[in-house]
Amino acid sequence: MGKNWFATRWGIIGVGAFIGVIAALLQKFGNPGNMGICVACFERDIAGAVGLHRAAVVQYMRPEIIGFVLGALGAAYLFKEFRPRAGSAPIVRFILGVFAMIGALVFLGCPWRAMLRLAGGDGNAILGLAGLTFGVFLGTLFLKNGYNLGRTQTTYPSAGWLLPLTMLGFLVLMLIYPQVSGEGKSGVLFYSEKGPGAMHAPLAISLIVGLGIGFAAQRSRFCTMGALRDLILFKQTHLFGGFVALVVFAFATNLIVGQFRPGFAGQPVAHTQHVWNFAGMMLAGLAFALAGGCPGRQLFLAGEGDGDSAVFVLGMIVGAAFSHNFSLASSPKGIGLHGMAAVVVGMAVCLFIGFTMRKTAK
Amino acid sequence: MAATVDARGLSCPQPVLMTLDEIRTGSDPEIEVLVDTDTSKENVSRAAQSQGCTVKEVQPDGEGYRIFIART
Repeated sequence: MGKNWFATRWGIIGVGAFIGVIAALLQKFGNPGNMGICVACFERDIAGAVGLHRAAVVQYMRPEIIGFVLGALGAAYLFKEFRPRAGSAPIVRFILGVFAMIGALVFLGCPWRAMLRLAGGDGNAILGLAGLTFGVFLGTLFLKNGYNLGRTQTTYPSAGWLLPLTMLGFLVLMLIYPQVSGEGKSGVLFYSEKGPGAMHAPLAISLIVGLGIGFAAQRSRFCTMGALRDLILFKQTHLFGGFVALVVFAFATNLIVGQFRPGFAGQPVAHTQHVWNFAGMMLAGLAFALAGGCPGRQLFLAGEGDGDSAVFVLGMIVGAAFSHNFSLASSPKGIGLHGMAAVVVGMAVCLFIGFTMRKTAK
Repeated sequence: MAATVDARGLSCPQPVLMTLDEIRTGSDPEIEVLVDTDTSKENVSRAAQSQGCTVKEVQPDGEGYRIFIART
């Protein structure tokens, strides 16, 4: 097997550029504004599609997410990198996933969407990205002081298949119960009739794009949290190249297709409460750093057999359900009724985890 | 003598942190790092080179790899 081109500097930049262009184009095909791809929002929509929450405007089984996991699985098998593993503090990863989602939904987006919002001219994204960076910085302080969730164990290949199979099951459900125009429910699945959940590219396009990105991202180890973490912790710019490429190419694509609208007020699926845009992403960034990956990266790791990342993903989906059931999530009108309390509790939980889970790995 | 860093089963960024720690604080001319994923193999190699070390050899080892790093 030759050298992995995707893991080179140009490889990671190429993958970032690819995601940036594709994400901006997905909006053209029907995905919501500055939300060509948003791992947090799309997992939240999946939580809504299966009825874990009943926020009627954000319910859709997003095929991009399914594609991410299955594309990564395909790449991992093709290049003999499928490594079934599990057992590094799964309950901690679940809780981190829950609060990562709660924080992301106070801002209204994962790091990918924060970058896409910036590339679309949404100034509020600056606050979100600043918060994300600060949260990751807090995470690096814990890493420097011995924070460590312990080793994984090698497990059965079938254990590594469980999240990919779950995603496959979701896809099958979507085919059995396709969206019916004018109906909020088809069989067991919920489908938004209005709002962001009603805005989506055709299933086939979303799925193919998801598979392609899942494949490329698995090969390149693309990770937005890792980009910031490695920069802060090691002064290493490798992953950061992909991060910058995503913003630059999404920005260029937005300019070309006429999607660039600079400003703060009236941005799509965004609010202007600066403090909470910052604080929400600070919580998410800290949770990502403590869990070792941004939401996208966790999906790709789950695809290559990492059961702990799979648990983080499930935590995010459950966190989305809590976010909407408990009015923690923001909306274009502003933060949710209990959004502030959720950020405070989430920070307390993450600090508790960071301070108490330190050991030497030897 | 070669120092050994066993980073198998540890997720990002632990393998890199442990390798850098050994490079900075250890004194052995060679360091062997055990990892179990391709991501860790790439990250550890990249980090070692950024410290001016040489990655002499990468051998498959069980489910993972054994990376031989030399100080220069």
